[in-house]
Amino acid sequence: MPEPSAAPAMPRARLAGLMLFFLGPAVLIYSALAIYPLIATMGLSTYRVTPTGEPYFVGLANFVTLLTDAVWSKPFWNACWNNLKFFAVHMLVQNPVGIALAGLLSLPNLTGRSVYRTLIFLPTMLSVVIIGFAWNLILSPLWGVAEGALKTVGLGSLFAPWLGLPSTALITLALISVWQFVGIPMMLIYAALLNIPDDLVDAARVDGLSALRIFLHIKLPLVAPTIGLVSILTFVGNFNAFDLIYSVKGALAGPNFASDILGTFFYRAYFGNQLQIGDPNMGAAIATVMFFIILAGVCVYLFAIQRRMTRYAF
Amino acid sequence: MRRAGVHAVLIAYSLLAVAPILLVVMNSFKARNAIFGSPLALPGPDSFSLIGYSKVFRSAHVFTWFANSLIVTLGAMVLTLLFGAMAAWALTEYRLRWTHALALYLSIGIMVPIRLGSIAILTMMRAAGLNDTLTALILVYIAQGLPMAIFILSEFIQQIPQDLRDAARCDGVPEIRIFFEVVAPLLRPALATVAVFTIVPIWNDLWFPLILTSSESTHTITLGVQQFLGQYITDWNSVLAALSMAILPVVAIYVIFSRQLISGLTAGAVK
Repeated sequence: MPEPSAAPAMPRARLAGLMLFFLGPAVLIYSALAIYPLIATMGLSTYRVTPTGEPYFVGLANFVTLLTDAVWSKPFWNACWNNLKFFAVHMLVQNPVGIALAGLLSLPNLTGRSVYRTLIFLPTMLSVVIIGFAWNLILSPLWGVAEGALKTVGLGSLFAPWLGLPSTALITLALISVWQFVGIPMMLIYAALLNIPDDLVDAARVDGLSALRIFLHIKLPLVAPTIGLVSILTFVGNFNAFDLIYSVKGALAGPNFASDILGTFFYRAYFGNQLQIGDPNMGAAIATVMFFIILAGVCVYLFAIQRRMTRYAF
Repeated sequence: MRRAGVHAVLIAYSLLAVAPILLVVMNSFKARNAIFGSPLALPGPDSFSLIGYSKVFRSAHVFTWFANSLIVTLGAMVLTLLFGAMAAWALTEYRLRWTHALALYLSIGIMVPIRLGSIAILTMMRAAGLNDTLTALILVYIAQGLPMAIFILSEFIQQIPQDLRDAARCDGVPEIRIFFEVVAPLLRPALATVAVFTIVPIWNDLWFPLILTSSESTHTITLGVQQFLGQYITDWNSVLAALSMAILPVVAIYVIFSRQLISGLTAGAVK
């Protein structure tokens, strides 16, 4: 970090006025609409309301209900488990594919590099809602596009209405999300690969290492911090996901809650649905649990992963 | 030989990325029986039809939704850039004892999604009478975009040579004018990067329009199309047309600005 530039010499009152002018709007809006609502939501999770609408303090009772009362705990653990699977698919498919694509794109003297980059990144730019619906149509047995495509390569018997089956709905949704967002790890890792100094790679090449081994043993360890960053971004995005499941499967995250994740569970708890009326306090309790899950992920990243990785000084 | 293999993989993946989008847009220009009869064929003279589009225009407030999305996205973007740049400047230029702590406080929002406070946000908006207004959306999106904006812009401001500001100060230029007339113009490339990070998630967001707007006249295009699709799910012409209308403007803007956009993304990543 560069030496802090000394605050220009001026009377204290004038400096205070300047700080207020420059920082006031940002701090005010951010505090009122980002930080205060988080704290207020946590506060709300420690209250319940009487049938007449009077709120009263219950401490952690809502959390006990969430974790022990079968009406809440069953869908809660189901959503947690599904969310974990959703995240696992991203880590196992999205990030390796992103790394592989970044590796190919960073090959020297590759013609058409920017065309590939633009095309592969295109789905990332579109709304999750649009992507969800488009895939819903493509995978629909009614239209038969996916089935027809599989038939032409002789795999027609593999086709099933994946989005409609309890055993495959969640994995299919996760793969749709991977298809859309693979551009982000690809771009971030591609940028990191370009920043590796040439002399390191040249030295390995002189020693006779193959391109693949140079990539695996020299380049990949050097971009490990970026892979760590991509992983935590994926974690936060996944444990806060909602739009895709809601667009494709609705708030009930069917079939039979097979694709329910924390985001949709939270939405149902707060706004209610055909099965139950909305409960702001339980909704707040779920949001608070989601907050702590995300916070735990971020802490693991900051203290366990990022600290151990010494960043190569480019 | 090796090169051919690399290109084959990249071409195959590019096709996988683009084909689903192409398929939807292509079929939106076809009559119903052609959509089902030959989904992979381009629209020809006998299959071409705009019936889906005319239905969408008749039954949905498409132009209102577009206008709403534009107002919200641009309004939130301009204010995020303005307030973000001002804050980043004060945090890097006037270092006091508490500015480091304030910078940390402002960076919480980079990792913690503001969505988790939705219940309290909705309660506040109702209390303030801003429920179901575009103003509510703009305010929320500014709060959402500021942490990243301040983070990127601070890194950038640190690289501006000290001499420039000092020269202006020696000439007796007031601090506020130094920021707006000397520093802000130098920030243009960084502002473009931040603009990309700000615009895309706002334009595509479903969550906040869903919980903060209830009447059709305040829907954004993403929410409007989502609700329309839910209602007309069996009318394939309309569904494909509505999807294409949401896809095409974004694709057009993306193709025009992809170079700046991607270089912004990669530059932001290295920081």
